[in-house]
Amino acid sequence: MKQQRSRALAAISAILVLVGLGALVIGQKANAAGEGKISGTVKLDGTAPHMRGIDMSKDPFCDKAHANNPAHSENVVVGNGNGLGNVVLYISEGLSANDLNAKSTQVPVFDQKNCMYTPHVLAMDVGQDFKVETSDATAHNIHPEPNPLTGNIPWNQSQPPGAPPVTKSWKTPEMIHVKCNIHPWMSGWFAVVKGPFATTDENGSYTIQNVPPGSYTVTAWQETYGTQTAKVTVAAGAAATADFTFKAK
Amino acid sequence: MTVDTNLLKSSLLASVVIALCLSNASYAQLTTFQLQQWLNSPAASSHVGNIAGNAKAGALPYRRFCVGCHGELGDGNGENAVWFTTPMYAQPRNFQLAIFKCRSTPTGTLPTDQDLFDTITRGMDRSNMPQWNTFTKEERANLVAWIKHYSPRWQTEKAGTPIQIPPKPEITPERVKAGQAVFARMQCYKCHGVQGMANGPSASTLTDDLNQPIAAFNFTDGSRPKCGSTDTDIYRIFMTGLDGTPMPSFVDNIKPEEAWDLVFYLRSLQPHNAYNAKEKEIAHQLGLKPVDPNAPPAQ
Repeated sequence: MKQQRSRALAAISAILVLVGLGALVIGQKANAAGEGKISGTVKLDGTAPHMRGIDMSKDPFCDKAHANNPAHSENVVVGNGNGLGNVVLYISEGLSANDLNAKSTQVPVFDQKNCMYTPHVLAMDVGQDFKVETSDATAHNIHPEPNPLTGNIPWNQSQPPGAPPVTKSWKTPEMIHVKCNIHPWMSGWFAVVKGPFATTDENGSYTIQNVPPGSYTVTAWQETYGTQTAKVTVAAGAAATADFTFKAK
Repeated sequence: MTVDTNLLKSSLLASVVIALCLSNASYAQLTTFQLQQWLNSPAASSHVGNIAGNAKAGALPYRRFCVGCHGELGDGNGENAVWFTTPMYAQPRNFQLAIFKCRSTPTGTLPTDQDLFDTITRGMDRSNMPQWNTFTKEERANLVAWIKHYSPRWQTEKAGTPIQIPPKPEITPERVKAGQAVFARMQCYKCHGVQGMANGPSASTLTDDLNQPIAAFNFTDGSRPKCGSTDTDIYRIFMTGLDGTPMPSFVDNIKPEEAWDLVFYLRSLQPHNAYNAKEKEIAHQLGLKPVDPNAPPAQ
């Protein structure tokens, strides 16, 4: 009798353990399924336009910071093999509402350094907090210019030397130009998109991480050349490729 | 059979025309039905002190006195707007965007009804916006209620919370001096110049949100600030910033008591006026020299 009971107990616990293990395995599989990614390169076809040099002589701090390394406008950044930097890639079609609701808790930083914006283009998710910092010993004002009728409201805050960071977020997807009125050459972008995104490095390479399996439209946005799209299918746990080429004007 | 086809065609045409009319209506332009609905809702009002403004009552005076510049759609594109060509004269305010210079509320938020009321009352110095103090207070409150229907923002956003302004302390030489240190630390001279003459290194390239050239405020030529001349007005101007212009908000970087010091110092830059006898005298006695942008920062 006693033996029978213990045998039954053993059987039940074995089943429980099995079920538990099974759930774990399935769970892992579900997790692994979310680990797909999209990568590729963005290139410029043609001669890169001349990026004019920036005269910072009106502000001695800025001028000194670039004494040995003259600053240039950054509208088109071309690297090795004609790769295009600062291109934002995001999934414009195909994501489920659930995927869109998954918010990153990372707080990307937009720095004002040597009177330029670093990075020049800061991509972020809708509703994601980002920080504007200053590393400079000269005063800036940080002045994004969204269209207020989209739901993104423009603001304008001073950042004198040593100012605390400004933490903000945006309500709707929009490519928002940022400027500093004190230093009229300063020009940057907040690229606000929905869902996973990536920005190309100086040689035009990118990888969008954490893409669930499915068929998508990927959009590449460049501030001077506009947007391009490509259709991509991501298999579970696999990497898909989408390359883009923008034509030099 | 032919009659039927004709009927079908004309009804199709009619629906296309209707659809076109509807899609042509801009985001801010309400249909007659929507406008009637809004006018009968509690939102169609303003509250300025104990005066309640009514949008319906503001419609007619708007058409008579404001439409010439601010336009039928409230987009700042009235028939006179094309003549606002001198950089000195900013374009008429676009009520659809609801971005306002003169606010008691933080940058990026809607102003209070009182703020809009005060702007109508005060007018805008160095612009084509006159003082409308010929209207009764009720009439001005009615106009505030009416202009709010031009922007969808008033339906989805609330006015910001006005910044707190502590009572004005006594003006002392220490405070005027401390105010100058704030002026130096915030680098106000970048645009306004070391003597407040609007000739700082960045002054000549300033543009507003429409990319029109705009001048920094000159403290020394006797102009009145656009958003009011009192000490409290000046305090509010640099703390909230003037949205739509290069003037940023300093509320995160200047402490309330320091802000009063800065007000006193700015007063000393102005020529003698009804407000600044004491500040001028103190600055004179101290022998205050303009700030030196190249001096190491005093920490």
